[in-house]
Amino acid sequence: MDIIVENLTKIYGTQKAVDNISFKVHTGEVLGFLGPNGAGKTTTMKAITSFLVPNKGDIHVGEFSVIDQPEEVRKRIGYLPENNPLYNDMPVIDYLRFVAQIQGIDKSRIPGRILEMVKLCGLEGEKHKKIGELSKGYKQRVGLAQALIHDPEVLILDEPTSGLDPNQIIEIRDLIKAIGREKTVILSSHILAEVEATCDRILIISKGKIVADGTPENLRKKAQGQEMLKLTIEDGSKNEIIAALQKIPSIDWVNPISGSDNRFEIQSRPNVSSRKLTFDLCVKNGWTLTEMVIVETKLEDIFHELTMN
Amino acid sequence: MKEIWIIARRELNAFFNSLMAYILLIAFLGFSGFFTWISGADVFMVGQANMQSFFGIAYWSLFFFIPAMTMGLISEETRSGTIELLLTKPITDWQVILGKFLATLLLVCIALAFTLPYYITIATLGPLDHGSVWTGYLGLILMSSSYIGIGLFASSLSKNQIVAFLIALLIGIFFHIIFGVLAGNFTGFLGGIFSYLNLNTHFESISRGVIDTKDLIYFFSLIALSLVLAETNLTRRRF
Repeated sequence: MDIIVENLTKIYGTQKAVDNISFKVHTGEVLGFLGPNGAGKTTTMKAITSFLVPNKGDIHVGEFSVIDQPEEVRKRIGYLPENNPLYNDMPVIDYLRFVAQIQGIDKSRIPGRILEMVKLCGLEGEKHKKIGELSKGYKQRVGLAQALIHDPEVLILDEPTSGLDPNQIIEIRDLIKAIGREKTVILSSHILAEVEATCDRILIISKGKIVADGTPENLRKKAQGQEMLKLTIEDGSKNEIIAALQKIPSIDWVNPISGSDNRFEIQSRPNVSSRKLTFDLCVKNGWTLTEMVIVETKLEDIFHELTMN
Repeated sequence: MKEIWIIARRELNAFFNSLMAYILLIAFLGFSGFFTWISGADVFMVGQANMQSFFGIAYWSLFFFIPAMTMGLISEETRSGTIELLLTKPITDWQVILGKFLATLLLVCIALAFTLPYYITIATLGPLDHGSVWTGYLGLILMSSSYIGIGLFASSLSKNQIVAFLIALLIGIFFHIIFGVLAGNFTGFLGGIFSYLNLNTHFESISRGVIDTKDLIYFFSLIALSLVLAETNLTRRRF
């Protein structure tokens, strides 16, 4: 089920939390929302779940509009809100039954669905405990279980792995990936590694606007533009090597890596590669090239660059 | 309708899980039992087989207990954020309000059902006007419904349960006492209005055994108005 966001604007008082953003998410896609705190991630997600009514624009989930048919939209969405609010005085299994009933699941299917969710989210040992007695990680699983219980076609997860330990994070990521094969998933995070690990596509939001949209590789390529190489050249003197490298026409600048006599960082001019010329240079001068690595721009750098202006 | 019942059942379970229901039941039964049978203008002092003394006590104790039941219904969900989960499920805001209303009304009805032994006991003591007993219970239920509506509205105003409790009590006290006092101080048109707004006027006439459409309209419009306001407040969160 596709999600189409058109010109979404949401204003709180005088502040524009989300400013005229549009994007599409397709079935089988896991979309990651990235952005600093207060960028508008949560607001956008709340608008998709029909919790908030947009001031301008519309959102379609499948064929249904969040403005005209919110109940139809809600039937198809599984939602895990930020901070994972739950009824703390309810036992896990009662809570899941309540959510199943309210989602309109057929009475005969409810016990089966609850069992499936308990198994999927690893809640076997905790199912009779009150939610308030559970640790944060288990609460998060209950939150996921309630979001998944009606087998929704769209899954909206606001910071799904916050507060989990590394093992749990890996489990949840695998779960999201598995779900994402057939369903449409949108998740938000400010942990870049997480988005990179789970998402097919990344949307970076800053101050209510989309500042980047693409696969993690694409974003990296876009930000990279110029090739960066890390070299280790032995059997030559430092100054000689720098002078020779600077003469190569495709090289923009050369920078010796501090603390080392034979390691250098070079950046090529736009759209050209200096790998071959560098190698040839070393051969010609009788230097030994023991390392040549393409330095990949980290997603952190892109994120920082895009959201700090 | 099914959705309203699902919400109502969860709220009712929450009342009993949190001990709230037991405390209120014990307090209500203890309070009304004490003043009906043991102290003050009790049945034996009145010397007549009627339940007026019980209705008088219930009228006051419910006035204080209902805001305590309703104060957390919406404010606690807003504070903890569970309202977001509830409002993103395939139900309407009205179903949420009506479900919570129904749950509280059922709890009040359970409390009133426990006082049926009073009725049976008094009926064995002497000739009892059975009709007026049932209309008395009806009056209590209508009065409770009005205060539940007001309590729900108050609970939708604040994230703080105590603030919601006080707002409900503040609004309630106008209908419970102040309009009655004002009605005594004014004459003519204004006096008529205050007398009509006074909840006790309508409660008394119903609990005496007279079911007048005028009184029913009063209660139903008070309930409807407060629920509409509560629903409006809930929906306002979406904008």
